[in-house]
Amino acid sequence: MNRESPLENTTPSIRLRGVGKSFGGVSVLRNVDLDIPPGVIHGLVGENGAGKSTLGKIIGGYYSISEGSMEAFGESADPWTPKDALDRGVAIMHQELQLVPELTVAENVFLGIEDHRLGVLSGTEAERLMPIIKATGFEVDPSAKVADLSIADRQKIEVMRALARSAKVIVMDEPTSSLSANETQKLHETMQKLRASGGTVVYVSHFLDNILEVCDSVTILRDGDLVRTAPRENESKDTLVSAMLGGGRSEISFPEKSRLKERRTALEVRSLSSANGTRDASFHVDRGEIVGLIGLVGGGRTEILRAVIGADKSTGGDVLVHGEPYPNRSIAESNRRGIVMVPEDRRKLGLIMTMAVRTNLTLPHLPSFATPLGRILAAAEKSKARDAIDHFQVKPSDVDGDILNYSGGNQQKVLLAKWLLRDPEIVILDEPSRGVDVGARRRIHEAIAELASKGAAVLLVSSELEEVLGLAHRAYLVANGGVFDEFAPEGKTEVDVLRSLFRLQQQPPEARAP
Amino acid sequence: MSWDRYRVARFFQTYSVLVMIAALVLAMSLLSDSFLTYRNILNILNQNAPLAIMASAMTLVIIGGGFDLSVGASFAVAGVCAAWVALNVDPYIGLLVAPLVGLALGAINGIVITSLNVHSFLATIATSLVFKGAAIVVSDGRLIPVRLDDFTWLGRGKIGGVFIAVIVMVVFALILSFVLKRTTLGRKIFSVGGNEEAAVLSGIRTDRVKIATFAIAGLAAGLAAAISVSRISMGQASAGTGMELQAIAAVILGGTSIYGGVGAVWRSVAGVLLLALINNGFNILNADPFFRDLTTGIVILGAIGISVAGRPR
Repeated sequence: MNRESPLENTTPSIRLRGVGKSFGGVSVLRNVDLDIPPGVIHGLVGENGAGKSTLGKIIGGYYSISEGSMEAFGESADPWTPKDALDRGVAIMHQELQLVPELTVAENVFLGIEDHRLGVLSGTEAERLMPIIKATGFEVDPSAKVADLSIADRQKIEVMRALARSAKVIVMDEPTSSLSANETQKLHETMQKLRASGGTVVYVSHFLDNILEVCDSVTILRDGDLVRTAPRENESKDTLVSAMLGGGRSEISFPEKSRLKERRTALEVRSLSSANGTRDASFHVDRGEIVGLIGLVGGGRTEILRAVIGADKSTGGDVLVHGEPYPNRSIAESNRRGIVMVPEDRRKLGLIMTMAVRTNLTLPHLPSFATPLGRILAAAEKSKARDAIDHFQVKPSDVDGDILNYSGGNQQKVLLAKWLLRDPEIVILDEPSRGVDVGARRRIHEAIAELASKGAAVLLVSSELEEVLGLAHRAYLVANGGVFDEFAPEGKTEVDVLRSLFRLQQQPPEARAP
Repeated sequence: MSWDRYRVARFFQTYSVLVMIAALVLAMSLLSDSFLTYRNILNILNQNAPLAIMASAMTLVIIGGGFDLSVGASFAVAGVCAAWVALNVDPYIGLLVAPLVGLALGAINGIVITSLNVHSFLATIATSLVFKGAAIVVSDGRLIPVRLDDFTWLGRGKIGGVFIAVIVMVVFALILSFVLKRTTLGRKIFSVGGNEEAAVLSGIRTDRVKIATFAIAGLAAGLAAAISVSRISMGQASAGTGMELQAIAAVILGGTSIYGGVGAVWRSVAGVLLLALINNGFNILNADPFFRDLTTGIVILGAIGISVAGRPR
């Protein structure tokens, strides 16, 4: 382990100049200038999608930069792969820990850098681990199997793994999202020990209290732009939240909210729980109403949607559709009853990238374009598909084009069109406008508003607060898999909502499954 | 730019097998007079009809994201069952039994794969051993000769100068082509192989789709066995060994993606033809068989390379 203290020299550990990053033409980070000095804990904060995680991954070598330059310890960081980063003393701890569960703590720490003679392991890992344990003060058994350890202990292993490779900078990306308050406290102590021994921690988190508790300095990002970098003493929760949201962000206008005269409950969820983390969730959506679920990433929003539609098994509670109980839910049965879910992540969950626009559009509705024996009626299918892409203004407007060749915004329109093809009565939308340009977003918002005005019940999840407040008639807050605090968006500012959300999220999850 | 690369790769995936066949036919006709004759071409088709039937069905399995390494063993079981029934019951029923036995074995494969949720590669290696053992039990480890005209017509007979086996093969391939392109089942097979998670979220019962593809592969193995046993008028438990690999090779030669989601039946038949032409060419030219395997192997490697290049990211 490198025990040299770099405190004397003033070269920053990490220096970014004009750094930008785009994915497939969509810019997610722009013109970032940042110096992170040695021996500090530096926080990165921002809303969902502001670019904080991207910035962390750039520092760790997981993403290459599209523009600008980066230096590590005063030397150019180019090329900068995860291996380059590690060789030069920069390690990243992932949200999903990457450990081998069947190996011991010591074996995991020295994975890939074991002592060996001609490939035969010397088995000295446990001894080599002792100085690291001593330096960090971690209480872990070097011979314990990783599979038997808690998540907090596993994070310690990740930290030690970085130290075993002489890391001087460790990027931690949302390390506390699955930790209890007690475990979070321990991780913070770990960070402070690292700092005391001259190390630098880049702490990416949406838990503002955590950031304020341990960080020496904070960088705030908003929509891919760096708002400011400031010492911790200058910041409070209020200043952070205001900076994260920005002042006049009203360039997007939303379609008018219409209301049906008669209010009838279309979807009612009572005390729904599921194995995937939904806990005692209750809410309802009326016909013609758009209801938002607002929560942080990892707060259990998607899991609630999946339990409602029947993508995941529920373990308790009821779902009522138009007042009738709907037990034993499945996607196919929901689809048959006019309940559809537009999933997040169009490439992974929404569309089949090897197929054409037309075949993607009609996939859930095949029986209505086929004879009872299953022969597809090509003309009927084609004309319905053409109507759908005309309605959503998909470009290019070729129904037989490969979906792979369409832009993100147009793919997203196709995804929406796919689920709205047969005028469903209950529509569940998970991040309906993620990663699309302004024009496509506008068209998608219109489609959602139109859907409600025609009498559909819409349940909307979006990481963009502005979108939920702009579209929804009512909204609920979601945290730790539960649904809380119903409110009307009128008159609410994003700051208000975010503040309540951070308060909710901060409450310790009592009944969390082990 | 990546789109262009994707399009080029897609084009090669689709048509390279035809280009290779054309080149081979041209070269062979220049090198030998006995190659491009009606008789030789019809013989090639006839000899390879069983393999083409199996490769057609294997296409559906692979497009659906699976692999079936047990079709050679299913072929053996169906073959000995057909011979046994033909000898002990009735030759026509014997011919009918083979596809039904194959269908049942294929369905078992599908059910094992979906209920245990294991990769089809693994499951069908195991079931192929079970099936091979069953074939030995049925035949009692002996050859079952069936010298009956009522049994051998399928493999040897002709209608209007064309072998019945070739007609069966063409009809079967056309039916599977229709299923794949024009029916809901075919559409579902493409979706399961293209993105299983998205297919599940689209309300597709993916398990049923997978079971269907393996059942069809089994049916095809049984049909191929009926033709083959009828042709040599002999049921034997060791028949069909290695046919699963030839069928998979033909499918990949035809440009069907080994990652699933992309492919067509006619191209697998063309793949069988390409393999057969290489074989036939070596026979006609009297070339060293060592170079035959070498050539076939290199051609298959090239096809896999093209398949990988076209993988969507």
